[in-house]
Amino acid sequence: MSATGIGAPVRRKEDQRFVTGQGRYVDDFNRPGQAYAYFLRSPHAHATIRSIDTGPARTMPGVVAVFTGDDLAADKIGGLICGWMIHSKDGSPMKAGPHPALAQGKVRYVGDHVAVVIAETLAQAKDAAEAIEVDYDVLPAVVNTSEATKTPVQVHEVSPDNSVFNWHLGNKDETEAAFARAKHVTKIDLVNNRLVPNALEPRAALGEYDFGTDNYTLYTTSQNPHVARLVLSAFVGIAPENKLRVIAPDVGGGFGSKIFIYAEETVCVWAAKKVKRPVKWTADRSEAFLSDAHGRDHVTHAEMATDENGKILGLRVHTIANLGAYLSTFSSSVPTYLYAPLLSGQYDIPAIYCEVDAVYTNTAPVDAYRGAGRPEATFVVERLVERAARELGQDPAEFRRKNYITQFPHQTPVIMTYDTGDYGASLDKALELADYKNFGARKQESARRGKLRGIGFSSYIEACGIAPSQAVGSLGAGVGLWESAEVRVNPTGSVEVLTGSHSHGQGHETTFAQLVSDRLGIPIDQVSIVHGDTDKVQFGMGTYGSRSGAVGMSAIAKALDKVIAKGKKVAAHVLEASEGDIEFKDGKFGIAGTDRTLGFGDVALQAYIAHKFSGQDLEPGLKEGAFYDPTNFTFPAGVHICEVEIDPDTGVTKIERWTAVDDFGVIINPMIVEGQVHGGIAQGVGQALLEGAVYDQSGQLVTASFNDYCMPRAMDLPSFQIGMTVTPCTSNPLGIKGCGEAGAIAAPPAVINAITDALGHEDIAMPATPQAVWRAVQKRMPVAAE
Amino acid sequence: MAYSLNVNGRIHSVDVDADTPLLWVLRDVIGLTGTKFGCGVAQCGACTIHLDGHAVRSCVTTIESAGSSAIMTIEAIGSTPKGSVVQRAWLEEEVVQCGYCQSGQIMSAVALLNANAMPSDGDIDDAMSGNICRCGTYPRIRAAIKKAARGGSNTGNGG
Repeated sequence: MSATGIGAPVRRKEDQRFVTGQGRYVDDFNRPGQAYAYFLRSPHAHATIRSIDTGPARTMPGVVAVFTGDDLAADKIGGLICGWMIHSKDGSPMKAGPHPALAQGKVRYVGDHVAVVIAETLAQAKDAAEAIEVDYDVLPAVVNTSEATKTPVQVHEVSPDNSVFNWHLGNKDETEAAFARAKHVTKIDLVNNRLVPNALEPRAALGEYDFGTDNYTLYTTSQNPHVARLVLSAFVGIAPENKLRVIAPDVGGGFGSKIFIYAEETVCVWAAKKVKRPVKWTADRSEAFLSDAHGRDHVTHAEMATDENGKILGLRVHTIANLGAYLSTFSSSVPTYLYAPLLSGQYDIPAIYCEVDAVYTNTAPVDAYRGAGRPEATFVVERLVERAARELGQDPAEFRRKNYITQFPHQTPVIMTYDTGDYGASLDKALELADYKNFGARKQESARRGKLRGIGFSSYIEACGIAPSQAVGSLGAGVGLWESAEVRVNPTGSVEVLTGSHSHGQGHETTFAQLVSDRLGIPIDQVSIVHGDTDKVQFGMGTYGSRSGAVGMSAIAKALDKVIAKGKKVAAHVLEASEGDIEFKDGKFGIAGTDRTLGFGDVALQAYIAHKFSGQDLEPGLKEGAFYDPTNFTFPAGVHICEVEIDPDTGVTKIERWTAVDDFGVIINPMIVEGQVHGGIAQGVGQALLEGAVYDQSGQLVTASFNDYCMPRAMDLPSFQIGMTVTPCTSNPLGIKGCGEAGAIAAPPAVINAITDALGHEDIAMPATPQAVWRAVQKRMPVAAE
Repeated sequence: MAYSLNVNGRIHSVDVDADTPLLWVLRDVIGLTGTKFGCGVAQCGACTIHLDGHAVRSCVTTIESAGSSAIMTIEAIGSTPKGSVVQRAWLEEEVVQCGYCQSGQIMSAVALLNANAMPSDGDIDDAMSGNICRCGTYPRIRAAIKKAARGGSNTGNGG
C-alpha cells in the first residue's frame, strides 16, 4: 500500500479550506444585482384558498415582484414530480396528486408554498409578504399515520381515502404456511419515528438568467445537480437541459434531504428571468423544519415464526408509511423497494411477506433520510429477533448466529441476492470488543448502585449502490442508477477527474484521488476531483445510498483502465515496441522484460504533442470517460452492540459502551470510513433517544426549532469501539460495499434492544427520552417502588 | 447608522441599522463568509465568533452591542497561536465532514482553550454543547481539542 493509495489513512485534501472558513457554499455566492426571495407559507395544515390579494404587497418598499401559483401556471411551469412509480397489489398505479411549486387553490401542510415575494432586501421581502392577503377556507387536517385512511379528510382528489398505494412483496401463501407450522410466533408493534434531517447548512438557491445567451444558472444545495437539472428541464419545464446550468458547490450536509427537487429552487431560477435579476433564497431554520422532506414515519406490525429449535421459518410485516402531503422526488421508493427487500436481514428466512400501505397526510413530505428504508427494515428485523430470543429464552447473540446466512451467494425471498459476507466473523469480533462475557458482572455492579444496565444487539444489513439500471427500471425507477466519470490527463501529467458523484461531507476529493494515485502511480497532489457542476461534468446521478464508492469510483476505475490502455498505445510508439509488449507498472510504461520505461507524465506529454505517432493511426490526447452500471447492489453488514445504564430515578439513559464491527468490503480510506461510522451512529442514537418530529392534531409542527427538536450533541455519545471485517464485494471492480449509512441503520435497534433489556419489558418507543424511560421504569417496578 | 468595526485587526466602516446582527454585517457587508448561518437564534453555534477573545453567537449579537470590541472570525483565527494549533489539530484528527459547522466549532474550541488550557471531557462537552454538528464529528472534535491543549502533540495515530 502506498502512502496515498487505496487503504491509506490519507488526511482529507479538502479540509484546509473548511478549517479556515474558505469553503464555498451556496449562500456564500452573490451575483451582481441580486434580489432576495421570501416565500409566504401556509399557516394552515389544510385549507382551500379562496383568493390571494398581492396588490398591497406589490407597492411595499423595495418589492420587485410578487408571484403566485397562477403566474407559474401562466408560464406553463409544471409541478414537482415523484420519480419512482409504484404499482399497488391490484396493478393500479400509485395515486400521485398534483404538486405545484406554488399552491394552486389549496394548501396541504403547514409550510406549503403560497406565494413568493422578491425584493431588494430580505427584510423588505419579509415585510411585504405580511401584506399579502390570503383568504383561506380552513379544512380539517389529517396528521396521524394510522388514521390517514379512516378519516373523511381528503388530502388529494385523486385519492378519496388518502391511500397512495397498497403494495406488497414476497410470497403470501408460503409465508402463511410457514406460520402454520411454527412452534412459536413473536409479534411486535413498532413506530419508526418521524425525523427532521437538519443538515446544518439550510437549503439555498440562487437563480440567474443571461439574456445574451438565453442561459439559466442555478446554484443550489443539491446532492445530485444533474438530476435536478433533468427534472427542472424535462418535467418542470424551466428550460432545455442545454440552457440550464446547475451548480452544487460545497454542500453543508445532505443526509438525503438535498436529493430532492424542491419548490424554492424551481421558483428562484424561473423568477430570475421574470424579474431580470438574479434571485437568491436561503431557508431559515424554521423553514428547514417545516419544508425539508422529513424521514421515516412508519407504523408497523410484524410477526416472526420460529420452529422448535429457534430457527426462523417466516416473517410477515404490515407497514403504514406516511408520505406527507405530496410525493417528494423519491418518496415512493423508500417504504417499498428500499425497505421490504431488506427484511431478510442477515438471516436465512425461507418465507417473507410484506404489505405496505402508503398514505397522504397534512404534513411535510417524507422522503429518503440517511439509510432510507433500510433503517426502518432493520428496526423491524432486529427488534423482532431480539424479542424472539428473549421469548425463547435464548442468548440473543447465539439466536442470531443460529439463523445467520452462511452460504453465498444467497437468494432471499425478497428480491436480493447477497453476494458475500461473513456475519459470524463480525459477531465474534463484536462480542470480544464488547467484552460480552463480562456483561453480567457489569449489570450486577450497576444494580448495586441502583442502576439498570442493558445490552442490545443489532445485526444489520444494508443494500447500497442501488442498481443495476435495468433492474430498478423494472421496479419503477424513472432513472438509471449508473455513474459516470471522465479522466482528463493534462500534458504535464496532472489529472482531473470529473465525476457525477457529489461530495457533501464524504471526502471524495481525497478518496477519489487516492484511487487515481493508486492506479496511475502519481502523487495525490497532482489529482483534482471536479464535481457538482453540470457545465463541467457531462452527467451523473449524484450521491446517496452509499453509492459513490461502489458505483462512482467504479466508473473512475473503468475510465482509468481506458487511460492506461491508451497510454500503452502511445508508449508503444515512443518506445518503438509492439503494443502487446508494453506493460504499466508502478506509474511507468515499459517494454516487458527490459528496463526501457517512460514515466506517466512523459507518456501524457507524448500523447498531446503527438510527434511520435501519426494522428491517423492514433488520436492525440489522453482523456477517457466511462459509464459504470453495477451488476448488483452491494451488501455492507455488521454487528453493533450498545450497552446502556438507566437511572431509574430520572429516566436518563447513558450509553456506556458502543461496539461497531462493520464489513464494508474494501476500504479506501479508514479515517474517512470511521468518521462516517461515527456520524451514522450519532444520527441513529439521535433517532433512538432524542429526536422526533411531532405534529399536533391541527397539523402544526410543534417541534420546529432546535429548542423543541433535540439534536444529538457530544455529551449524548460515548466513545466508540470500532472494528472491521472485510469480505470484498464481488459485484464491482474495487470490492467496495459502502459505509455512509451503516451507523444510522444499525444504531436504533441496538439502543432500544439495550433499553428493553435493562427495563425487562418491551414497552418503550423511540425516542426513548428520559420522560418516556422513566414512565417505562414505573411499569417495570410497581413493587420495587414501594 | 455608521459604525466603525475592528474585525480581524482591520477597521471597517459600515452603515447598517443598529439592530443588525454581526453575522450579517460580516457576511453581507464586509464579505467574510466563513462565519455561517445555522439557525438565527443562538441554538446551533454555526455563527460563533470572538468578541475580545470570548465566543459569542454573531446571529444574536447586534452591531450596536459590539461597541469597540475586537472581533475575530474564522478567517483570521489561524493567525493566533491557539487558533493555529487548533486548526492543525482539526486537520490531523480529520474532524471535518461537510464543513459547514466547523467554523463555529473551531471558534468555540479556541475560546475554550484560551480560558482553560487543559479542559477535561466534561469541560469540553460543556463548552461545545452549543455547537451542533449533524455529521456527528463530536468524538474527533473532542480528540482535536485535547490534542491542541497538549500543544499539538499526540499520543496516538489520530484514529
